[in-house]
Amino acid sequence: MLHLDHLLLTEPGFRLEADLTIPTGAHVAVIGPSGAGKSTLLNAIAGFVVPAAGRILWNGQDLAGQPAGARPVSILFQDQNLFPHLTVERNLALGLAPDGRMDGAARARIAAALERTGLGGLGQRRPAQLSGGQQGRAALARALLRARPLLLLDEPFAALGPALKAEMLDLVLDVARETGATVLMVTHDPGDALRLGGLTMLVADGTAHSPCETSALLADPPKALRDYLG
Amino acid sequence: MASRAGAISVPWAAALAAALLAAMTLGTAGVVALRAGAALPTAADWAAVRFTLLQAALSAGLSCLLAVPVARALARRRFPLRGALITLMGAPFLLPVIVAILGLLAVFGRSGIVNDALALLGLPRITVYGLHGVVLAHVFLNLPLAVRMLLMGWQAIPAERFRLAQSLGLSPFAMLRHLEWPMLRATVPGAFVTIFTLCLASFAVALTLGGGPAATTVELAIYQALRFDFVPERAATLAVVQFLLCAGALAAGWGLLRDTGFGAGIGRRAELPAPPGWRRGVDVAAIGLAALFLLLPLSAVVLRGVAGLADLPQGTGPAALRSLAVAVGSTVLTTGAALALALAVARRAGGARLFDLAATLPLAASSLVIGTGLFLLLRPWAAPSDMAIPVTVAVNATLALPYAYRLLLPEARALHSDYDRLARALDLTPLARLRLVTLPRLARPLGFGAGITAALSTGDLGVITLFAGETDATLPLFIHGLMGAYRMEAAAGAALLLVLLSFGLFALFDGLGRHAAP
Repeated sequence: MLHLDHLLLTEPGFRLEADLTIPTGAHVAVIGPSGAGKSTLLNAIAGFVVPAAGRILWNGQDLAGQPAGARPVSILFQDQNLFPHLTVERNLALGLAPDGRMDGAARARIAAALERTGLGGLGQRRPAQLSGGQQGRAALARALLRARPLLLLDEPFAALGPALKAEMLDLVLDVARETGATVLMVTHDPGDALRLGGLTMLVADGTAHSPCETSALLADPPKALRDYLG
Repeated sequence: MASRAGAISVPWAAALAAALLAAMTLGTAGVVALRAGAALPTAADWAAVRFTLLQAALSAGLSCLLAVPVARALARRRFPLRGALITLMGAPFLLPVIVAILGLLAVFGRSGIVNDALALLGLPRITVYGLHGVVLAHVFLNLPLAVRMLLMGWQAIPAERFRLAQSLGLSPFAMLRHLEWPMLRATVPGAFVTIFTLCLASFAVALTLGGGPAATTVELAIYQALRFDFVPERAATLAVVQFLLCAGALAAGWGLLRDTGFGAGIGRRAELPAPPGWRRGVDVAAIGLAALFLLLPLSAVVLRGVAGLADLPQGTGPAALRSLAVAVGSTVLTTGAALALALAVARRAGGARLFDLAATLPLAASSLVIGTGLFLLLRPWAAPSDMAIPVTVAVNATLALPYAYRLLLPEARALHSDYDRLARALDLTPLARLRLVTLPRLARPLGFGAGITAALSTGDLGVITLFAGETDATLPLFIHGLMGAYRMEAAAGAALLLVLLSFGLFALFDGLGRHAAP
């Protein structure tokens, strides 16, 4: 269970409060206007932003002081998810061993993860030689290998067309199912939230609201969400 | 405050590099200051100060003035070998000064091309020694630098402005007034300050073309006080004066200092209108004269050198090896220190402002000031000639650092903003991060900076003159000795070897960087 305990995030001209829990294994769409703090919230959970007050707890354990890489988290950013000068295989190997080692067993696991994400045989390509969708798949393959209990997605598929994005969401669901991960995904699109199935968290007016059932929420949106959806 | 996490730790490698730089610049200045009180500046010293300022102002002013028509012509004309000519403009910065002087002597010297032509016409011969010789050499060395800096300025004017001006039918004069004049007003002061600072600390030019009561720079006076008169107190006083001059120039021009224009583009399409008629003639003349001014001395070095290359005097080989050792030593030190400092500053680590300052300090330092400080400090412990090579390595590493650092910093910043989060999210070990991310991503500027450092230190004729005896000269000092003995044929041969060595090292390191880059 992820517990945001009286969490306060501030930056110049910006303030976000969150006091909520997310059950283990939940799929949560994080929705809200630009600049509301969706990315900042994910970055705080991942360990890139230090809270001004409050705690972030995973299964009762306070994550404060844990460096980003040591947290039970895999995160996909909006861009720069792969090192462009390394092969896909090498990029994935860094998810398995942070010292860059790559032995026979690792190669086999990487090949299997690539196969699983529809990238079979593309391990020796550089990211620039892949399409945008394939790059997203490679980043998801690495998340599959790391198998951390929290999977955070900060709009990594925003640049993809609708059909490709739907494919990616299905792959996210597959990866989450196989790793048992709890998923938090930032999106602007209520359709994405429905496809993800599960809960939706509204981030607006300086508050991250407790997640609610997506279909119920969209059927009868509260005022802040109505304002956002228009 | 939701501050960015994880960048608080002190980077020890950068702290060590910064401490060494501070010791080499401020520390040596402190040493000379402690010894300086014993001898107050004499009338001759003040004459040296006046000459130093005069020649630096004339050199910087002439370089900038002449650079305007050349850069303008290069910016708006397209012709075969234009790219090669712009690349050639980068050469004098890396060219060993002693070689440039040999080339200039071959053209403007007593028995040079110009004097031969004057004699044919029955005109009196000109001499290249004294103020005008020093200024001539400085313009030769720095005009290309000014041209590259101004060319960057022209290329930075958005093409849309020129298109708009053309669609409004502005006359060339109106275009100059509204588009080019504001750019020049912003760019020329920076070029002037940069060249002025370089010329303040110039030593080898004054050593060979200056001298005497009328044409002695402060750097040269330090050398004479220490090496000929052996009055360390006077050298210390002069070193303090020189430090104040350089630091003053740097402080006054701080906001104006510009990049040396190494990145100046070659590939941009012609966007500037290229007016026909007499303006075309002026442009052709500007480019032609500049090319001639650069190419004649360089060709003379090559032509005379080839003849001397087959018959190099005894001692050339060992001197070349010593220069090679100096180059490799200072390149390793500078590249490592520049990388540590640039990475720490790029990630805004604790002390980042101090690190940036430490990497800038050497711009206010001069070879002979540092040399005097080290000479006074180390004299009780060892004979000067025993320390010649290590001291030369340390001084060259220090003086080249600002260039290597400034080349790395923007790339290190981009690397940090693009991939720091990913590297941290994956919890990469420091070694894996260095090997798999940092070094490959920064290979290009690292190689380029290493090449510049290697070329500069191979050709350096500065601090070595304070320390070396007969038997431990580097190649530039060896050539200087040959010139002093009027063995010009042999000097030309050794000079060609020196050029091959320094440009070869530059090409090697730069090529390694390009090869390793993704």
